[in-house]
Amino acid sequence: MGRMITIKALKYNPNSKVSRAHFAEYQLEETDGMTLFVALSKIREELDHDLSFDFVCRAGICGSCGMMVNGTPKLACRTLTRDYENGVIQLMPMPAFKLIKDLSVNTGEWMEGMSKRVESWVHTNEVPDFTKLEKPIDPQVAEDTFELDRCVECGICVAACGTKLMRPDFVGAVGLNRVARFRMDPHDNRTDEDFYELIGDDDGIFGCMSLLACEDNCPKHLPLQSKIAYMRRKLVALR
Amino acid sequence: MSNLIEGFLGKSVEGKKSRIPAKLDYWQSATGLFLALFMWGHMFFVSSILVSKDFMYSVTKMFEGVSFIDGGNPFIVSVAVAIVLTIIIIHAVLGMRKFPANYRQYRAFRTHMKMMEHEDTTLWFIQAFTGFAMFFLASAHLFIMLTKPETIGPFGSADRMITDWMWPIYLLLLLAVEFHGSIGLYRLSVKWGWFEGSDAKVTRANLKKVKWAITAFFLILGLTTLAAYMKIGLEHRDHAGQRFQPTAMIIQHANSIIYSKNQNIDMNTETPFRALVARNFSGIHFQGKGV
Repeated sequence: MGRMITIKALKYNPNSKVSRAHFAEYQLEETDGMTLFVALSKIREELDHDLSFDFVCRAGICGSCGMMVNGTPKLACRTLTRDYENGVIQLMPMPAFKLIKDLSVNTGEWMEGMSKRVESWVHTNEVPDFTKLEKPIDPQVAEDTFELDRCVECGICVAACGTKLMRPDFVGAVGLNRVARFRMDPHDNRTDEDFYELIGDDDGIFGCMSLLACEDNCPKHLPLQSKIAYMRRKLVALR
Repeated sequence: MSNLIEGFLGKSVEGKKSRIPAKLDYWQSATGLFLALFMWGHMFFVSSILVSKDFMYSVTKMFEGVSFIDGGNPFIVSVAVAIVLTIIIIHAVLGMRKFPANYRQYRAFRTHMKMMEHEDTTLWFIQAFTGFAMFFLASAHLFIMLTKPETIGPFGSADRMITDWMWPIYLLLLLAVEFHGSIGLYRLSVKWGWFEGSDAKVTRANLKKVKWAITAFFLILGLTTLAAYMKIGLEHRDHAGQRFQPTAMIIQHANSIIYSKNQNIDMNTETPFRALVARNFSGIHFQGKGV
């Protein structure tokens, strides 16, 4: 028999006039290799049908299950309960995003706004000619671009960012990483002047205070520190 | 006219974003870098008291330009202080942009910081807090240095600690400077990607270790130096205000007295050494012959 663990989850429905924010406590038996996804599913099945949380892939790919685990943003599906020695785990929804209910937040809406804001698509004047072979790309450049493309928009970098919590308009590491991704991509014809127009202010690259909780908590281990520093150097150098 | 439109719309007539935020970010870092490195040098010069009072005195005189002005001129120090004070004010103005501007921002950051317990986030708060404290602590120190540069010296600086009751301010200022400066240098490195090398994560871990080593080194050096000035200040309390006379000057002075008194010694009739001693140190009695 596994040990008993305690999960304390913040319950609150901002759309209900009678809902009062409180921590609900659930006791359950830990199983081998139990993730928070497994634990929460068990709670919803057996203890509290009303508990809301988000999941899709259960494998750290979709980025839906970000939540504050003992104060730190994590993907619940990749967090093992056995890593919490005293067996008490406090769960809260990620800050900075619109709270839907309990542990469920609307990251999608925010990410859509961010994508539009940094114009997260390839800008080019070239008309593709499908009868010819594509121009070759240096493999290293392609690799570096794809490396940054691994972002799953889970929102953990945003929830971890003290700057973002103080200043709601801050674009966040995910936005800055996106700009860095398109700057590296040779398909994109935008210049640094163009990128400056997107993030060249105190809500963009110059608002970042280098707290680096984004870098330290990114479940995809993206090189956020390096890429933010890189964009900062490039945009400061503009005349 | 374009300034009016730019100020009103927040973008230029051509619809472009201002380059000012980039410059503000750059100059915040540049002034911070200057001040942090300046404080390293400053600490080494101030801690010269740990070697000797004479050494600290000669360092003081060096900054008063003794090598090109006879006796030195403390006004040179005032000019240097004015320059540093100006840079501090610029740095403070630029740094203030990052402070929590209202209670909502303060509460959001503090809750987040305590909840997450992330080291660099907490270090930022310490940096902001010590920066704010230095608005007052550094101003008090710099105003005295600006207006009374001639009092800097082994006794003057020590009297300032004890007789003028400045040691509590200097203790707080020391703590604020060392934490703010070392955290700031670390943050500059990660912010601009200095020393990044092939693995930024490894570099950052090393930078963090160096940061703590620098903090510890300068805090120990600073506290020891402060203690040294306080000890001298306590010993010198009864003569507060009296200036330090370097040992070399006392010896030179004594030599000149001896020389002037002994010019008329008759080498033929008196034993030169006995006469010299007798004239200068009349309280000393010699026994036996041939001394």
